Amino acid sequence: MAVKTKFELKLGMATREAFGKALVAVGRDNRNVVAVDADLSKSTFLNLFAKEFPERFYSCGIAEANMVGVAAGLASAGKIPFAASFSCFVLNKGFEQLRVLAAYPNVNVKIAGTHSGISIGEDGPSQMSVEDISLACSLPGFTVLSPCDEVETAALVKLAAEHIGPVFLRLGRAKAPVVHAPDQTFEIGRSIELTEGSDVTLIATGLMVAEAIRAQEHLESEGISARVIDMHTIKPLEVEAIRRAAAETRAIVVAEEHLVDGGLGVRVAQAVAEISPCPMEFVGIQNTYAESGTPEQLLEKYGLTARDVIAAAYRVLHRKQ
Amino acid sequence: MKQTQNVEELQAISKRIRRHIIEMTGAAKSGHPGGSLSAVEIVVTLFFDVLRHDPERPDWPDRDRFILSKGHGCPVLYAVMAECGYCPVDTLKTLRKLGSPYQGHPDKRFLPVLEASTGSLGQGLSLALGMGAAARLDGKDWRVYVVLGDGEIQEGQIWEAAMFGAHHKIDNVVAIVDYNKIQLDGFVKDIMDLEPLAEKWRSFGWHAIELDGHDIRALQAAFAQAKGVKGKPTVIIAHTIKGKGVSFMENNPKFHGIAPTAEEVALALRELA
Repeated sequence: MAVKTKFELKLGMATREAFGKALVAVGRDNRNVVAVDADLSKSTFLNLFAKEFPERFYSCGIAEANMVGVAAGLASAGKIPFAASFSCFVLNKGFEQLRVLAAYPNVNVKIAGTHSGISIGEDGPSQMSVEDISLACSLPGFTVLSPCDEVETAALVKLAAEHIGPVFLRLGRAKAPVVHAPDQTFEIGRSIELTEGSDVTLIATGLMVAEAIRAQEHLESEGISARVIDMHTIKPLEVEAIRRAAAETRAIVVAEEHLVDGGLGVRVAQAVAEISPCPMEFVGIQNTYAESGTPEQLLEKYGLTARDVIAAAYRVLHRKQ
Repeated sequence: MKQTQNVEELQAISKRIRRHIIEMTGAAKSGHPGGSLSAVEIVVTLFFDVLRHDPERPDWPDRDRFILSKGHGCPVLYAVMAECGYCPVDTLKTLRKLGSPYQGHPDKRFLPVLEASTGSLGQGLSLALGMGAAARLDGKDWRVYVVLGDGEIQEGQIWEAAMFGAHHKIDNVVAIVDYNKIQLDGFVKDIMDLEPLAEKWRSFGWHAIELDGHDIRALQAAFAQAKGVKGKPTVIIAHTIKGKGVSFMENNPKFHGIAPTAEEVALALRELA
């Protein structure tokens, strides 16, 4: 089947690793790119940058608030700093600094949050980031990017460096299936329609894009035509793609590895409500924190698999009638 | 503007700045006069003597940077920058009014000649050190000066930044603690004592200088000394008097965040004649 050939979904690099590699490439092209770390460079793959550009790498120790402040200072003096940490630490411990030193003066900092979602696995909830989309999107002027695979990550890191203004990149720990072809082009604020479809639209971000594709394949085998959209830019949200999905399929499922509160689903729902209300269902984490386990066990237990997307699609199709 | 090393001239400018602070906060009917008055000599000495800057070219890449981390003390910064020619003197009394360049806390969106928007305490030192790191990376010799409040350094981020500055040997940054001994709720020693303060900074790897923050000669000497300190950042612990220059405001916790009334403005201006 054509669709299945298109999406082999072979396991690729984790988006955090793709980030680390892409940042080295960006650093070679632009000597103003610098990196700021809070003792997690081995986990965020910022160590690759540190190895190649030691003089442009700033270790802050375990001090995220200062890390964000230093990044803002570097940016204020013309540098393009990428500050990286676990998503939960940089956004929660650095939030006030992101608000006052980055968003409010619209400073050109790039924040890379790795280990997003619950697919980090065994480390458990204190290390998991399930509210980062909500927090990052609440910062006026921030661009919020959530790539699904290594190809998209490499492209978005480069685009983030070129973009003038604060950016949050949401990255994962687990190896991610490769969704995009090497020649795929990307643009901040422009979603990617992965499959055409007329019965229902599945809008997904991050790891859930692959699950949405798997769901689409299953639905197709049952005679349901599902459109899959990779919403890699969560802010600014591409309203046009949502308008078309609402107008043409009249049923939308949004899937994200994030609390349903304040995430992509809520943002899509706001756009749908403003443009063309239609039934929607939301696949995400429901008002709780996860636990230790393998990524696969956790994604299954907390309702973040293709099966959950399929069930949501049937619910929304039922409501559509 | 004309910079000067003449102490009498700097003292005369300081008096003029104090009058502005009283008139501005009096007109605004709110604001933070006490911590503005305590920092007058520090900010005046920097802008009128020490800083390499040019109000005609606020975006000159090689200018020294100044950050008022204790953003609530902005009346002193606005008054000094206006007297330097960065922004109008005649509208200083629009402080805290809708649309004014002189917002309640420093806001670059309304006053682009500012180096930073501040107001949330504890953040300016990190920002200054990031700027200092950028200057060094570019091989530039511009320097960064950041004024911290005494209460402000109770914030944990200050000590994260202190470690960072020493570890990375960012010697083009000078922090000045406006140690006026009073914070919102009362005396610093009662709220959360900072002592032994100079020893704290030294143990964090900084070169520390203690002085009378109203003694312009001492400030000039300290800033000159700081320029010669290599391999570590410098902190100047400036012992000051909150509300300095107005008898009934001096050392009075009430005037941390309360503006003078019309009668108090008149009284204060008489003392500052």
